[in-house]
Amino acid sequence: MIYFDNVSKLYNDGRSAALQEVTFQVDPKEFVSIVGHSGAGKTTLLKMIIAEDKPSHGQVFFESLDIHQIPRGKLPRYRRKIGTVFQDFKLLSNKTAYENIAFAMEANGRSDGEILENVPQALALVGLDDKAWNFPNELSGGEKQRVAIARAIVNQPDIIVADEPTGNLDPIATYEVVQILRKINDLGTTVIMTTHNKGVIDELGRRVITMEEGRIIRDDANGKYIL
Amino acid sequence: MLTGIKRVAKAGFIGFWRNAYVTSSSVFVITVALFVIGSTMFIDQLLTVSLKNLQAKVDMNVYFVPSAPQAEIDAIRNAVAALPDVASVTLTSREEALSKYRQKYQNNEVSMQALAELDDNPMGADLAIQANQTSQYESIARFLEEKIEQTSPQTVIADVNYNENRPAIDTLTKIIEAVEQTSLIVMLVLILAAIMITFNTIRLAIYTAREEISIMRLVGASNMFIRGPFMLQGAMYGILAGLITLLIFYPAMVWLGPHTETFFEFNIFSYFVSNFAYIFGVLLGSGIVLGLISSILAVARYLRT
Repeated sequence: MIYFDNVSKLYNDGRSAALQEVTFQVDPKEFVSIVGHSGAGKTTLLKMIIAEDKPSHGQVFFESLDIHQIPRGKLPRYRRKIGTVFQDFKLLSNKTAYENIAFAMEANGRSDGEILENVPQALALVGLDDKAWNFPNELSGGEKQRVAIARAIVNQPDIIVADEPTGNLDPIATYEVVQILRKINDLGTTVIMTTHNKGVIDELGRRVITMEEGRIIRDDANGKYIL
Repeated sequence: MLTGIKRVAKAGFIGFWRNAYVTSSSVFVITVALFVIGSTMFIDQLLTVSLKNLQAKVDMNVYFVPSAPQAEIDAIRNAVAALPDVASVTLTSREEALSKYRQKYQNNEVSMQALAELDDNPMGADLAIQANQTSQYESIARFLEEKIEQTSPQTVIADVNYNENRPAIDTLTKIIEAVEQTSLIVMLVLILAAIMITFNTIRLAIYTAREEISIMRLVGASNMFIRGPFMLQGAMYGILAGLITLLIFYPAMVWLGPHTETFFEFNIFSYFVSNFAYIFGVLLGSGIVLGLISSILAVARYLRT
């Protein structure tokens, strides 16, 4: 589904590298965690998938599509296939939880009927039916992240890309968010997640890719957090 | 397509309503800009009208000798009226001149007695000439001089008062030109400054929304879907600012009307009322264009990357 073919990313000085000769594949319905110290290249790797960053060498494929050959005008359409979740939630502050989720559907060109039906479902899935009309500043960190996840899944994307989704959360909220991601994965959506959280990785017991200085140093099918 | 427009409109209205601080500061700045533009219009109108009034007061007179034959007078009048620089020519006949004199000095016994002593009407006819512009009097004067040389002058024209009025006319011409040029430059500078301030304020307002724009892009919103609500908000800032500016101008004009009437012989309030549709159009139109263009330019920056 996602294929990194010998991808390197050099910084502007041309010497230091964020990614070095990275090659790996993610299959449909997989739950892949990417671990590594800060600066190991985890976020750069995710940015390549959502076409926010370009490789200096190599190619990144989404199915048979070379992501970085997509013309700029067609990028929004490509991004609609991917749900994104970030450490800082990235919610629209002047929209309510409901409107944040509805916005992703509106941007996708979904009908009003679909929005009316699917947004409450997504909110129910993340357990926030009662906070639909709250603005982000009225929600806790865990609730914000759950809204972000609801937004990411509402268009039924092929893949969810989550960059440190539990980075700003307390242990209980972390547990809830991971359970939701696991549930989404069980329903058939591919999940790629970066994290620093040893507990999360060990509890998940899924595939773990370990990165160091821009390289993949370990790729275990039922991995543990080893650094 | 229709759904898209509906959603953009809804998002625009929500953004306008919920970002109260951004909305009020943008509307305030556009209002100031429109106030400058409107004031410029009114000052320009005042200047134009008062200069026109002033120019109308300047004229040139050709005095004929009392014995001048009517045919000659008519010939000169027609020749002057045919000049392209001449706006109007008014001929006062000997009889009219006499009755004007009588009217003017009716209480002056000496003058009336002197007049009664005479057998004949001592007044000559005269021709009042108005040029389109004060600078054109000189060429008209030259034409008359040539005319005097061609015909037997002494028998027809007694005097042309251009040479006496010349310094006054020249000074006035210079003042008018200088005022027109200076006011044009000052107004252009003011309008340019107002536009620049508006652009920058809205750019700053949208700068605060750059994070929002990046989020919209991440969830797959097309550029038009992102830009649309901002454009609508910009246009709404303009409309609201236009209306506020008109509301400010109205009482100002009511108050200024009588004052301008006395000072410039031109009631600015009457002008405001009779040209309301035009002023409304210019202010609202400028507001919308200002708001719209600033929004498009500001958002474009964050959509490019």
